[in-house]
Amino acid sequence: MLQRGAPGAIATASLTKSLRRRWRLGERAIESWIFLNGLLAVVVLLGVLVLLLREGLPAFTYTPPWKFFFGTEWYPVSDPPTFGMMPFFVATFWVTLVSTAIAVPIGVGCAAYLAEVAPAKVRETVKPLIELLAGIPSVVMGFIGLMLLSPLVQSAFNLNTGLSGLTAAIMLSMMSLPIIVSVSEDALRAVPKEFREAAYALGATKWETIRHVSIPGALSGIVAAVMLGVGRAIGETMTVLMVAGGALAVPLSPTEPMMPMTAAIASGIGNAVRGGLQYQALFAIGLILFIMTLTVNLIADRVLERQKRKFTR
Amino acid sequence: MRPKTAKMRKRWLLAALTTAIGLIVLAGCAGSAPAPSPTSPGSELSGSFKIIGSNTVTPLTALWAEEFMRMHPKVNIAVSGPGSGVGIAALINGTTDIAQASRKMKAKEFDQARANGIEPYEIEIAIDALSVVVHPSNPVSELTIAQLSAIYTGQITNWKEVGGSDGPIVAIARDTNSGTHVFFKEHVVQMKGLPTEDKSLEYGSKVLLLPSTEEGVTEVTKNPNAIFYPGLGYVTDKIKPLAIKRTADAPAVLPSVATALDGSYPIARPLLYYTNGEPTGVIKAFIDYCLSPEGQQKVAEVGYVPLE
Repeated sequence: MLQRGAPGAIATASLTKSLRRRWRLGERAIESWIFLNGLLAVVVLLGVLVLLLREGLPAFTYTPPWKFFFGTEWYPVSDPPTFGMMPFFVATFWVTLVSTAIAVPIGVGCAAYLAEVAPAKVRETVKPLIELLAGIPSVVMGFIGLMLLSPLVQSAFNLNTGLSGLTAAIMLSMMSLPIIVSVSEDALRAVPKEFREAAYALGATKWETIRHVSIPGALSGIVAAVMLGVGRAIGETMTVLMVAGGALAVPLSPTEPMMPMTAAIASGIGNAVRGGLQYQALFAIGLILFIMTLTVNLIADRVLERQKRKFTR
Repeated sequence: MRPKTAKMRKRWLLAALTTAIGLIVLAGCAGSAPAPSPTSPGSELSGSFKIIGSNTVTPLTALWAEEFMRMHPKVNIAVSGPGSGVGIAALINGTTDIAQASRKMKAKEFDQARANGIEPYEIEIAIDALSVVVHPSNPVSELTIAQLSAIYTGQITNWKEVGGSDGPIVAIARDTNSGTHVFFKEHVVQMKGLPTEDKSLEYGSKVLLLPSTEEGVTEVTKNPNAIFYPGLGYVTDKIKPLAIKRTADAPAVLPSVATALDGSYPIARPLLYYTNGEPTGVIKAFIDYCLSPEGQQKVAEVGYVPLE
């Protein structure tokens, strides 16, 4: 209704009928084009879900779901094969937790500096540079982790090998940093100037203003930034495949070699014959991964909504 | 400040785009330029095919493919080496012309192939002495198959238990895509052909499963406690191959072309190509080249063992 009313309001009495019809036709075409685009996203999402369910669910007839999830042994090429994905799940948990713990303080701090403290010239140079970091291919990050970081981690933490969840997590934090910085900085800059001016007028220092006015004001955006970072860490494949070490034990600490879920899928799917047991089991891991990221996004949505309401009140 | 940088960024982008387009056009010209003269011998061979599979065989296949494409400019060969399992799966799924493998296809895989209407045809192309390597600073110089099995199942975890200095053993293996992973599991971890053979043995859960042979070799060059099993072709002077004893009182044998040929090295294995049915046309020409004296000479160059 509203869309149809808008062009009508602009149109003046001098506008001929045919011109108005043409205008409306163009509007209609663009509207349906946009509608189709919106629909496409939903179709793709549903298609992915259907594919994962169709290929993944049969795995649970061979291994019952609880055994599949809580089982700690994964021997896909043995006879008979065993599928228990607990080691991968715990590995994904460690890598995501540690990388988020590293990236969030640095990322938010960096964003606060850029938005609140840095002179315009510094911001204009540093922000594009940080965003450039996001453009580094993950295989290059994996290579850097392999050649440079893993020996450092090994000697710093006195480990048996530098190929560990920790090394992967540090590389992942580098990769999620640009997203966190960029999105949080935008959120911080969106906080109205008047808020800060009011804080300064009350005698608050710069730090007090950032801590009590800017960051709470931009919290919804910052939460969104962190969630995007978490999503990146859960889903990243190449880097963890290269540097996480790929051991099949359930990792008891992040410093052990481990194989996160994405790496397990990537390293197994190549030799999985279509429709075979291993193929189905890997799709089942994919399905669980999909459910995990969906949950993260839903929680993020809920938090965002609540935060917004609190802020506007 | 803002508009200026934005404009600059735009200009920069434009420059990058122009360069990219220029490069693409240039590449297009270059691609169409070398029209092979019809009189050159062998130019009647043309076509393109794919070889997917073993990471171990890849350096050899890549060299052969390069030479073959140089001799026959109209032939195009794509080689990739994610692992034997990948190659065999690709053959079964009908997505490759040749599967290169460092292990034999299993009976189950033959069945799957036949179910898809594919008749795997096996060709032995070279022999590999699977070498077990450690860091050059490691004092251990020989191991028995049983000791290797105990290391890879996680029963032995310290180098001093096998005569080395005190230090944790970091056992490195290839991931499950790898033919070497499967071959090593059967012949070393499960000790196939020995009186102590035990088919229930599996790699220990602390073993590192790495996605490529190169990565394992890199880790061994950096880590004094690591042990890994690359093909003979990957052995350099930065890593130390161990002499292997079939049993405790058998002689210790270092991996080499000679010991693999006379059968004294315990973990030598054939390197294989699989095609769908007997090869024909350009693929047959390629495989004939691989098996020719000239092709087999390349085998030794890469560090594997020629047939005969």
